[in-house]
Amino acid sequence: MELASLLQYLISGLTNGAIYALVALGFVIIYHATTIINFAQGEMVMLGAMCAISIYQVYPSLPVAFLGGVALVTLVGILFERLALRPVKDPSAIVLIIITVGGGVFFKGVAMLLWGKEAYSFPSFSGETPFHLGGATLLPQNLWVLGLTAVVLLALEAFFRLTLVGKAMRACAYNPRAARLVGISQGRMVQLSFALSAGLGAAAGILIAPLTLGVYDMGTMVGLKGFCAAILGGLSSSFGGVLGGLILGVAESLATGLISSGYRDAVAFFILLVVLFLRPQGLIKGGS
Amino acid sequence: MNLSRLFNPWVIFGATVLLLAGVVDNDYYLTLINFIGIHALLVVGLNLLLGYAGQISLGHAAFFGLGAYTSGILTATCGVNPWLALLAGLVICGITAVLIGVPALKLRGYYLAMATLGFGIIVYIFLNEAQGLTGGPSGLAGIPALSIFGFKLDTPKRLYLLIWPVLGGILALSANLVDSRTGRALRALHEGEAAAESLGVNTARLKLMIFVWSALYASLAGSFYAHTLNFIAPASFGFMFSIKLVTMVVLGGMASIWGSLLGAAVLTVLPEILTMFHDYEVIIFGAILMVVMIFLPRGLVRGIMDLWEFRRYKKEGGTIA
Amino acid sequence: MRSRAIAAILVFLLGVMLFTAGCAKGPGTEPYVVGGIFSITGPASYLGEPERNTMEMLVEAINAAGGIKGHPLKAVIYDDEGDVTKARLHAEKLITKDGAVAIIGPSITPASMTVLEITQKAQMPLISCAAAAGITMPVKDRFWTFKTAQTDQMAVERIYQYCKKNGISKVALITVSSAFGVAGKAQLLAQAPQYGMEIVGQEVFADKDTDMTPQLTKIRSLPAQAVICWGVGPAPALVAKNMKQLGFTIPLIQSHGAASQKFIELAGDAGDGIILPAGKLAVFAQLPDTDPQKAVCKEYADKYQAKFKGAPVSSFGGYAYDAMKMLTQALDQAGKDKAKIRTALEGVKNYVGVSGVFNMTPADHNGLTPAAFVMVKIEKGHFKLID
Repeated sequence: MELASLLQYLISGLTNGAIYALVALGFVIIYHATTIINFAQGEMVMLGAMCAISIYQVYPSLPVAFLGGVALVTLVGILFERLALRPVKDPSAIVLIIITVGGGVFFKGVAMLLWGKEAYSFPSFSGETPFHLGGATLLPQNLWVLGLTAVVLLALEAFFRLTLVGKAMRACAYNPRAARLVGISQGRMVQLSFALSAGLGAAAGILIAPLTLGVYDMGTMVGLKGFCAAILGGLSSSFGGVLGGLILGVAESLATGLISSGYRDAVAFFILLVVLFLRPQGLIKGGS
Repeated sequence: MNLSRLFNPWVIFGATVLLLAGVVDNDYYLTLINFIGIHALLVVGLNLLLGYAGQISLGHAAFFGLGAYTSGILTATCGVNPWLALLAGLVICGITAVLIGVPALKLRGYYLAMATLGFGIIVYIFLNEAQGLTGGPSGLAGIPALSIFGFKLDTPKRLYLLIWPVLGGILALSANLVDSRTGRALRALHEGEAAAESLGVNTARLKLMIFVWSALYASLAGSFYAHTLNFIAPASFGFMFSIKLVTMVVLGGMASIWGSLLGAAVLTVLPEILTMFHDYEVIIFGAILMVVMIFLPRGLVRGIMDLWEFRRYKKEGGTIA
Repeated sequence: MRSRAIAAILVFLLGVMLFTAGCAKGPGTEPYVVGGIFSITGPASYLGEPERNTMEMLVEAINAAGGIKGHPLKAVIYDDEGDVTKARLHAEKLITKDGAVAIIGPSITPASMTVLEITQKAQMPLISCAAAAGITMPVKDRFWTFKTAQTDQMAVERIYQYCKKNGISKVALITVSSAFGVAGKAQLLAQAPQYGMEIVGQEVFADKDTDMTPQLTKIRSLPAQAVICWGVGPAPALVAKNMKQLGFTIPLIQSHGAASQKFIELAGDAGDGIILPAGKLAVFAQLPDTDPQKAVCKEYADKYQAKFKGAPVSSFGGYAYDAMKMLTQALDQAGKDKAKIRTALEGVKNYVGVSGVFNMTPADHNGLTPAAFVMVKIEKGHFKLID
């Protein structure tokens, strides 16, 4: 095994892992505030990418497309919480799972109608000239993904630990009644968490669109793998989610390179099953 | 003779099956009705798990696929007797269900959903990649018809005469199960695991039993499917089909045996009637899942009947307790 | 409880009755009913959509010209969504309810394999638009089945001929895990010895994969002189992009699955220099005037683009075009008798179509030769005929 190839597997794995990590953070945010898992999170990634692509076609400016896409999808996230989750009278896990799974399927169907089944390309943020790194290469876009993941991770940690709103959100998940007693509006916190996580998902989608192309069914797999990453990291820890994502990405890449490429998608789910069966609290024991 | 006895659901079901056998003579309708039957088998099983035991599975298509492929491979590739192959499918699915169920059913809610989903995707990838065994994504062709004492079940009518009586038996078995002591334990489990435990229910064993039970139904349905189509491809056993099954359960009503039949029938027939359905199919499934769960969590049939009874009750001047 | 159960059954019964009532009316005797089953939605919609459009366009044109010997054509087209169960149901419907005299489609191999199980039994002529050679082979079990798409076998022959001519003997494969990719890979492996090709590596990717750098990294460390990629949709374009990123210097050869303008658009700069076999439709303007297919391709492209404004003409639609044209010819000779239609289809000689020149025989229900493909190279965003 030559070193250059190994390095390339590692870099490919980390950049893919960063994508899973970003999606995982979306799950973690909502779980932090509500202990709900939003199975439609992957579709937010897709919607972000598709909205940005459409905006870019009308007004070719990357910052506008990025911000516009994030804003639109944030709105979708808020509406989804408001219309589909808040009216539920009996919010048991099974009901919420079915509703969010249904929501995901619904968004995918709507996207198919709006954008058709074709894939669309989206320009890279800063060119496509690859960097060389000791025999391995990576694209500027990969750096964007890694960079944003780091920024978002730090920002989230700061938000949840240092700001009043962030602490209030965590309090809601930890003990909703106690939170209400000290005057925290749970409804607002839930809404905020959905808005945040939808916006984050959209940002992830727009970041990866230059690498993966935008297509109506791009969200499902990335969403599920992001969820795998979140579970791997223990669901309630941002650091855990990011670590889970990176581990998954690297494991997939190494398995493809060193074992066989046919079972690549199975790797993530296999790891998930092993973790769930042996250590369901995740690799990192999260929470406060 | 008591007239109300004739209105027993089982009598009506039996009469309907017989009537349809006599009246319908078009292969297309019979094939469609056969698919309803196959889907109903799957949905009843899933409903036992989802509706009665309150345990979610987002990977139920995997057992359907395992059953279909065991039947397909053993008959088409190895030339085994189809009934033995069907039995082998049941054994394989049963063992797999135990192996997956023991660790998975310790998990709750989202974790269980994700574990079953992961299992479903792994099986799907296996069916695609194990090309020497399964024929891969191009599918497995040449699956022979079932036969009974040399009588080949190779037309839709003959298959109908196998599938629907079997379905009737399965429905009866399931109805018996939920009306028995086990059924009461199941309902206790659905209300809460701790409460059920305190009533002396061995919840772990109960959950596993239902999980295996529903896997066996799926395997049976899979074998029938393989012999109906004579050809199978992995695409029929993917994540989307698992979601479709959950949709059928939800539409027909959680914890309703007859609702399962209705849910399977509606979602099998609807795409056939509405040709414009295709583009909107995914959206409609998503909308059904959301709307029914939000507004009629007891399922469409029971929800509408509840509304109807509520109105009648009001008309009669009654008050709702 | 019991009343609810009864009501549920009654609703079900009523539904079935209402639904069945529709079948009472008999099939019309005047028009010839031609069935179509295409993957108009779902993952293979890039095949089914142009096929449906083409079939509708031709039927309209034929009826405008007075039909076939006075009989108008009636197209009954269903969407199987790439789902084999639906394809089977639609075929049953066309056979037993709609009274079709022949069926065109399905678009994809698994659906075609399911449908032919019953069209064979029902003695119904079927002209599939899917690629796999197994649809018309072995011919003794495929008496009623024809197909118009070029088989993978021919594409592979063309690719290996090109490799041999250009001194390439060691290739690495990267193929998609779908029916298309698996069939292509099987052909690439089977024909390699015959052309003295050495397969130095085999990688696969899933249909929806978005990053193939690990597989390509593995290939990069092998002594391959070219990479052959077999796939359709966005994934092969990503293979091209990833190869560019990894700094590959050896050529990339794609399959005919990449022979679309959309592929060039998705691959962007990374598309330049890619070599692939394509149906002549992709480069018909560059064909010499002596090529009989030039006029046919031009006519199809012009008519299609005039009718479906903005929609690019695709070779997939061409499969339905040839199927419909040959079927029309057969109906003209044979009338509505299915056995005669089948015989007429089997007797098609020198039909110049979009996908090639067809010569059907009792031993060959595809009727094409590798000459149906030309080799093209992508240059500055366009296909250029090179062989």
